[in-house]
Amino acid sequence: MARKVSTNRKLLITVLAWGIGLLIFFPILWTILTSFKTEGDAIAQPPQFLFFNWTMENYGIVQERSNYLLFAFNSIVLALGSTFFALLIAIPSAWAMAFAPGKRTKDLLMWMLSTKMMPPVGALIPIYLIFRDVHLLDTRFGIITVLMLLNLPIIIWMLYTYFKEIPGEILEASRMDGASLAKELIYVLTPMALPGIASTLLLNIILAWNEAFWTLALTTKDAAPLTQFIASYSAPEGLFWAKLSAASTMAIAPILVLGWFAQKQLVRGLTFGAVK
Amino acid sequence: MATQQTRTLGRFAVAPSVLSLFLWMIVPLAMTIYFSFLRYNLLDPNYACSLMHPDQLLDGANRCLAGFSNYSYFLTDPAFFRAMGNSLKLVGWVLGISVVFGTLLALLLDQPFFGQGIVRLMMIAPFLVMPTVSALVWKNMMLNPVSGMIAYLFKSVGLQPIDWFAHAPLTAVVIMVSWQWVPFATLILLTSLQSLDGEQKEAAEMDGTPPLSYFWYIVLPHLIRPMTVVILIETIFLLNVFAEIYVTGTAGTAGNLPFLVYQYGLIANDIGGASAGGIIAVILANIVAFFLMRMIGKNLDA
Repeated sequence: MARKVSTNRKLLITVLAWGIGLLIFFPILWTILTSFKTEGDAIAQPPQFLFFNWTMENYGIVQERSNYLLFAFNSIVLALGSTFFALLIAIPSAWAMAFAPGKRTKDLLMWMLSTKMMPPVGALIPIYLIFRDVHLLDTRFGIITVLMLLNLPIIIWMLYTYFKEIPGEILEASRMDGASLAKELIYVLTPMALPGIASTLLLNIILAWNEAFWTLALTTKDAAPLTQFIASYSAPEGLFWAKLSAASTMAIAPILVLGWFAQKQLVRGLTFGAVK
Repeated sequence: MATQQTRTLGRFAVAPSVLSLFLWMIVPLAMTIYFSFLRYNLLDPNYACSLMHPDQLLDGANRCLAGFSNYSYFLTDPAFFRAMGNSLKLVGWVLGISVVFGTLLALLLDQPFFGQGIVRLMMIAPFLVMPTVSALVWKNMMLNPVSGMIAYLFKSVGLQPIDWFAHAPLTAVVIMVSWQWVPFATLILLTSLQSLDGEQKEAAEMDGTPPLSYFWYIVLPHLIRPMTVVILIETIFLLNVFAEIYVTGTAGTAGNLPFLVYQYGLIANDIGGASAGGIIAVILANIVAFFLMRMIGKNLDA
């Protein structure tokens, strides 16, 4: 039912909401604006909002000086790689738990969730030493493995809650019609499961892209993603805000776009299906 | 009902993820526990041992048993108390801020107004920013005492700008972490508000229920569950805040437990001490996890 809302009230709330929204968004907006300034304008007091000399030079300098593209490439490889491998082993598991649950399926799910509670520092030292000894430190393969395991519980849970929503009767019907398991999987289950899988994929890319404990602790150069690239800007040399802003903008832009598409999945994935 | 065949197949399908998660959880944990009872320093593996306990040398790496000395050393380190205090303060403050502001913002966004979609996107955005970016942007462009935006605002109303990282580093970290997690709380609570029964709302309106009692008797009870979820999930993540401290260089004053373990291990190379710290962090997290698991377990039944 559409409720009658007085226009005044709606206008008031519009102003309030936009005000607060802009306030919260401001640091990001400011970073994007600053990335187009000269270093002098970037630290000018009073701050320059729009009427400064717009320039693109920072983006070029950032690429030249700290090789943005290498880090971005690593971020993409790590995010996609870890997501791909996690899905590869998570999809069969979630499928089995949703459609052929045993007595212990629930315990198993809870146990998987509990692995997520383990603080990374509890595993940091052994993982570091193992990686050092088998020469996996600062390799893409090593970080992909860590990120995959890190997000696997969330992925399984999310897939499980999606698969649960697929009515089992449809599968049974196809089985009665004589569809083989392979056919059942390809023609019946997959089309219905694809939206859930896509959402899970999206969420996991976001999580992997922003992961900043293991990537900072286990990478230095070769496999370092954008989290490390930005961290290298924590030791400033001279005027650097505009360059920092350009680097930051390039590091967050892809994920901002993805995340905006994935708002709903974010909720579901991060609350383990408790809030939908 | 699942047949015997699908059940067997199911076991095979579950095995890879169970096995890899099991290894991921058990192997490092077992090693951490083992290391935590050793005198083991990466830079100087045998000095302390050969000098003090020549009879207790363990293996080729020249490590020796340390009993509980790593734990007593870690637990009596003044840095531990500071780190523990910082961890708790950080979690407490950010939780309080995100629940209160998250609820208020969710209530606001639930109202009809122009441009809802865009405002929502703007409010969610901080949660999508990678922690290292958030830390550097806040440290420099927002909180810098000379050219930062906050300093400018302070000055324009005639106040003395604060040098946040020198005088209130923990507050600065709380501000930047809250900026990331208030949007998360807002998003979850808003999602839950939107599932509130529209008919209840209408009935309340027709009865002329005052907005406050409507909120108190209908909205708030509905929000209790998502609020609990927000609190528990944020606690897990907030106990592990790392990048913000790593990047802003506030370890000495605002460093938390994870950072202290990192310092012990990867900076001071004291594997034994770091492992003891890691185990303490695990125990702490388990206490929190206990409640979270019960909570989500209940939801699973519903």
